[in-house]
Amino acid sequence: MATAAVTPGVVVTPRARARPSFWRHRGGRQHVYGVFWTAVTWVVAVIFFFPVLWMVLTAFKTEGAAYTDPPKIIFHPTWTEFSQVFSGGIAPPLEHSIFVTLASTAVVLMLAIPAAYSLSIRPVKRWSDALFFFLSTKMLPYVAAIVPIYIVARNLGILDNDWALVILYTGMNLPIAIWMIRSFLLEVPREVLEAARIDGADLWVEIRQVILPIVVPGIAATALICVIFAWNEFFFAVNLTATKAGTMPVFLVGFIQSEGLYWARLAAAATVASLPVILVGWIAQKQLVRGLSLGALK
Amino acid sequence: MSQVTGLPATVRRPPPDQSPPLAGRRSSDHEAVVRRNRWLRRLPLMPALIYIVIVTQAPFLVTLWYSFHSWNLLIPGSNHWAGFSQYQAAFSDPAFRTAVINTLELTSSAVIISMVLGTAFAVLVNRKFFGQGVVRTLLITPFLVMPVATALLFKTTIYDPVFGLLDYVLKPFGVHQVNWIGTYPMPSIVAVLVWEWTPFMMLIVLAGLQGESIDALEAAKVDGASALKTFSYITLPHLRRYIELGLLLGSIYIVQTFGEIYTITQGGPGTATTNLPYYLYQQAFNAFNIGIAAAAGVIVVIGTQILATLALRLLSSLFNASEVMS
Repeated sequence: MATAAVTPGVVVTPRARARPSFWRHRGGRQHVYGVFWTAVTWVVAVIFFFPVLWMVLTAFKTEGAAYTDPPKIIFHPTWTEFSQVFSGGIAPPLEHSIFVTLASTAVVLMLAIPAAYSLSIRPVKRWSDALFFFLSTKMLPYVAAIVPIYIVARNLGILDNDWALVILYTGMNLPIAIWMIRSFLLEVPREVLEAARIDGADLWVEIRQVILPIVVPGIAATALICVIFAWNEFFFAVNLTATKAGTMPVFLVGFIQSEGLYWARLAAAATVASLPVILVGWIAQKQLVRGLSLGALK
Repeated sequence: MSQVTGLPATVRRPPPDQSPPLAGRRSSDHEAVVRRNRWLRRLPLMPALIYIVIVTQAPFLVTLWYSFHSWNLLIPGSNHWAGFSQYQAAFSDPAFRTAVINTLELTSSAVIISMVLGTAFAVLVNRKFFGQGVVRTLLITPFLVMPVATALLFKTTIYDPVFGLLDYVLKPFGVHQVNWIGTYPMPSIVAVLVWEWTPFMMLIVLAGLQGESIDALEAAKVDGASALKTFSYITLPHLRRYIELGLLLGSIYIVQTFGEIYTITQGGPGTATTNLPYYLYQQAFNAFNIGIAAAAGVIVVIGTQILATLALRLLSSLFNASEVMS
């Protein structure tokens, strides 16, 4: 791709060029337009984000303050509902969610890193077929497989067991992880690899000392994406677990069914359930699009 | 996200095969070494490949097998070969036909509306302004909130006829005490899905906008094209493939919507919001009708495979195009 373009009469160095866009206006009106669109963008963002804010605000209300007409924005915040939630049995589902998420992510990485390696740095024959095969499994609707999965899980005695979800979430995230890690592996400069090979580095040294240091941030990003999907998964969780291994989404649904409509408590539980992934997502946001587009975009 | 290449660089061709050339004498020894090398290369791939075949492919084959059986879990010994009768039973069930229509309606409206909003957001965010990073972060958050939490909160704190936010906001316009979920079940679900999926679309379109060629935009500016013309004649055509990708991937995910329906409407009122996944769930886990559930599953697979084939073709065209580039 050309770096310095020549516009008629003027030679522009790359650094001097600002990104022109839809928003570029000339003259004194430019500033006014700029302020206007910035204001519009902020208003849109705050409105769009508001339900999240509302969830957190409601969580800090008492039940009485949660049901008011008009809704209260100013109120005396309290931790009451959070402590109610924590004394009300949120600990086991939280533990199940954490275990299932971390275990499935760990297995995903163990399987995906070698696979991605053999689809990029030392590619197998027909690597592209293998790559697209992994991708295609991501496009099968899980719902269609639930009946056999349920029956097999029942026969294996892992219904309502963490491991059933670990196995399934690994399968669910593996294709994304392979595509993502592969895209990071391709960023390892070929010269570095060749230099290592000329120096006579064996395979293990090559992987440990040359490749891993470069791709560790990419692997971390991949892990974060897997954590997001595993943590939020509901369909398998609700159909395959109940009281003994129910994860956070299952708990939330059961919560409202058994406790009736306590908004503040529901909001507190929902905040606790969502917060880990919101934080993870904020950390991984630069890599999010890569994970969501299965590694095709970045 | 300062990637300025026109095409995704993540699907570049890996370095060429570096095994020694085969030219020269072809002793059987040599062939054995080549074969061994080939297997060594394949070895790291195998665990993942075998795992994915067992966990994701085998259940579908079993589903296919079950779909030719009449089997109710509640009736012991009811399992017997039934040919295509379960498909017939599914297609003649009015609830199934409603579910097909609901799925199409739900998916297409959620996908299209979130793409329109997502594109608008992407254009708004794709310029330098005060707090750009914060705004981007705010806008992606709905995608990260646990979907079940989102559904429950919309159901209660937003859609409630008396104490809900929606009621409060619309009261000045004379809209008051509307039973949103009961009166407008489908739009209520679609609105939740749009809120969840707009960030997804925004991120994909944003990746497209940032991959746009500066040269083309400069040229348009030099030629005196207006901002709107530049957008519709240069930016939009450039975005086309990204928008297609967003629509297809979005459809594949949204077709499978389950949690939102399970928590907000339970498929109702009546069957007004029962989509195929929810229908399948009811057949399998409420009626224990394994045969019909499996047949419905096979139909869902066939439907999504049409979308998936298109998506894969698009992805591999991005793939090949970027190979030509690099």
